Amino acid sequence: MAQMTMIQAITDALDIELKRDENVLIFGEDVGVNGGVFRATEGLHAKYGEERVFDTPLAESGIGGLAIGLALKGYRPVPEIQFFGFVFEVMDSIAGQMSRLRFRSGGKYNMPITIRSPFGGGVATPELHADSLEGMVAQIPGLKVVIPSTPYDAKGLLISAIRDEDPVIFLEHMKLYRSFRQEVPEGEYTIPLGKADVKREGTDITLIAYGAMVQESLKAADELEKEGISAEVIDLRTIVPLDIETIIASVEKTNRAVVVQEAQKQAGIAANVVAEINERAILSLEAPVFRVAAPDTVYPFAQAESVWLPNYKDIVETAKKAINF
Amino acid sequence: MAAKSKTASFDLSNQKDVIEKEFPMLQILNEEGEVVNEAAMPDLTDEQLQELMRRMVFTRILDQRSTSLNRQGRLGFYAPTAGQEASMIGSHFALDKEDFILGGYRDIPQLIYHGVPLYQAFLWSRGHYQGGNFPEGVNAIPPQIIIGAQYIQTAGVALGIKKRGEKSVAITYTGDGGTSQGDFYEGINFAGAYQVPAIFVVQNNQFAISTPREKQTAAKTLAQKAVAAGIPGIQVDGMDVLAVYKATKDARERAINGEGPTLIETVCYRYGPHTLSGDDPTRYRSKELDDEWVKKDPLIRFRKFLEKKGLWNEEMEQQTIEDAKEQVKEAIKQADQAPKQKVTDLISIMHEGELPYHLQEQYEIYKEKESK
Repeated sequence: MAQMTMIQAITDALDIELKRDENVLIFGEDVGVNGGVFRATEGLHAKYGEERVFDTPLAESGIGGLAIGLALKGYRPVPEIQFFGFVFEVMDSIAGQMSRLRFRSGGKYNMPITIRSPFGGGVATPELHADSLEGMVAQIPGLKVVIPSTPYDAKGLLISAIRDEDPVIFLEHMKLYRSFRQEVPEGEYTIPLGKADVKREGTDITLIAYGAMVQESLKAADELEKEGISAEVIDLRTIVPLDIETIIASVEKTNRAVVVQEAQKQAGIAANVVAEINERAILSLEAPVFRVAAPDTVYPFAQAESVWLPNYKDIVETAKKAINF
Repeated sequence: MAAKSKTASFDLSNQKDVIEKEFPMLQILNEEGEVVNEAAMPDLTDEQLQELMRRMVFTRILDQRSTSLNRQGRLGFYAPTAGQEASMIGSHFALDKEDFILGGYRDIPQLIYHGVPLYQAFLWSRGHYQGGNFPEGVNAIPPQIIIGAQYIQTAGVALGIKKRGEKSVAITYTGDGGTSQGDFYEGINFAGAYQVPAIFVVQNNQFAISTPREKQTAAKTLAQKAVAAGIPGIQVDGMDVLAVYKATKDARERAINGEGPTLIETVCYRYGPHTLSGDDPTRYRSKELDDEWVKKDPLIRFRKFLEKKGLWNEEMEQQTIEDAKEQVKEAIKQADQAPKQKVTDLISIMHEGELPYHLQEQYEIYKEKESK
């Protein structure tokens, strides 16, 4: 066991998979000698060479197409999109091509591609770096979407994502990259995609979150405990597919839920979770399932981030609304 | 006067002309079927020359039959190929079975000669999911709909070929309109940067639906776009099957020798509409222009060439036409026998292995519906 940050856990996972399977290839902008702008691929170029870990020309659509072509030749590409705000440039490769090729070819070609990409607010980036765009990719049939919230989860989920036969969008919250360390086992282990994790058990209300909002929800649970409210915190870990069993079991136990997302409120992941709960557990509910989300504006300028981003206080307030309903 | 010579080094007025001069059109057979470029004449046996003709005739008949089948409601989406036979067949004839094809929606003849059964091409046209499930060993993906997307994927397939150390190439096709896409440039640029074995074919059939070639770009040739990517480019007479074959064959040789990708512009013409889904070419093309291009017809000139050599006659032509009609008839019969498409089949092919919960639930719902 070693204490690792999330970025170290990600590098560790990539290292393990490069070593295990010679078809794993890592490429993207600055991922080679430089080790990526966040050092996620630190040391991997030196260890595995230019054939396995390489820089691409600066063109996201090209990176997506390259991944599809390499997958057609039996490789297991792990491209990096430098910031997920740049995803619009590669949207056809993701939404129009790799997610559909298995279907279009009647099941002949799998696309075992894992697109890694940093996103998320609270680190004062320029425009189009921090946006939470997971809802956009979550709507595309054929993709899986993973968003880890801890170093331990990041490693196990990334290994699973790379081994998966489908394209996986693996989103890494920038604020979580180095914000805390955690015990991470050496060597390989996997966390199945589509499995949520109960990060804290409770009996009065369920807080459902993912990414950086898991930490905020845990903080909110601490605050609520001071007031005698026992909150359960579910970390979705993969937003496609959802772990419906874990969500429903928890809601049936607590009878109340709040779904938290960092993204803007409109047409989001939280709305989907609320709908699933309504369809499956409405009679268990003592209150409406509320959402905590960002306002429906363009992602704000750095100086407004702290007021714009949802935080634990918003979650506490909304949880109380559900409790007192 | 010293000042003038100083500015002369920054004079860009000739730059365009210099580049354009590097891209003359390669032609081997003129419109009369006469060899005008003996030095470029490819080394083909008599049988190979006859096979080229048979394939072009087949493709012309397939186009006619597909058009009438579409009008009878027996075929779905169809993009006519007449006028582009030399471009399609000539380029494909230079390939090996191992080469990987990433074509557009018009590039059905190349797929058929690469091993896709005709009935499957018809299923694809009809919108049946088995239409894209090509047999094992046929190195191709279903035709691309998004103009240009196949170009970047080709760079990827070719990089895979290079990494695997295989002696084959990835070949892709787009049209004149496709060269305006960002993906076109990203594809040729990535392929150049990695020096991969790829052949990028632009079938310049003069119109992107209705938009004429000259509105796509200020570049005089589309082949010269290769310059920006640092790769070789060549413009060929796309109505001359020997010129297209020669350019592709040379590109393939360079590619498998490790000399990287090539861009080939085949200058051709689409006689028919863009697709049979309502396009009316008389809205944007004159009859005079159509007539001018029909004079360049790839079949007429190659037939003249072969007849002069005693390699083709009316009987062979008729035999090929009869064979083609028979093959189409058989293939339609076979396509008619394909199982009725079910939503449960579609759900099943979404993922390898176990379906996620929502698709499992939906599978059960549709299984129930479909059992009624």
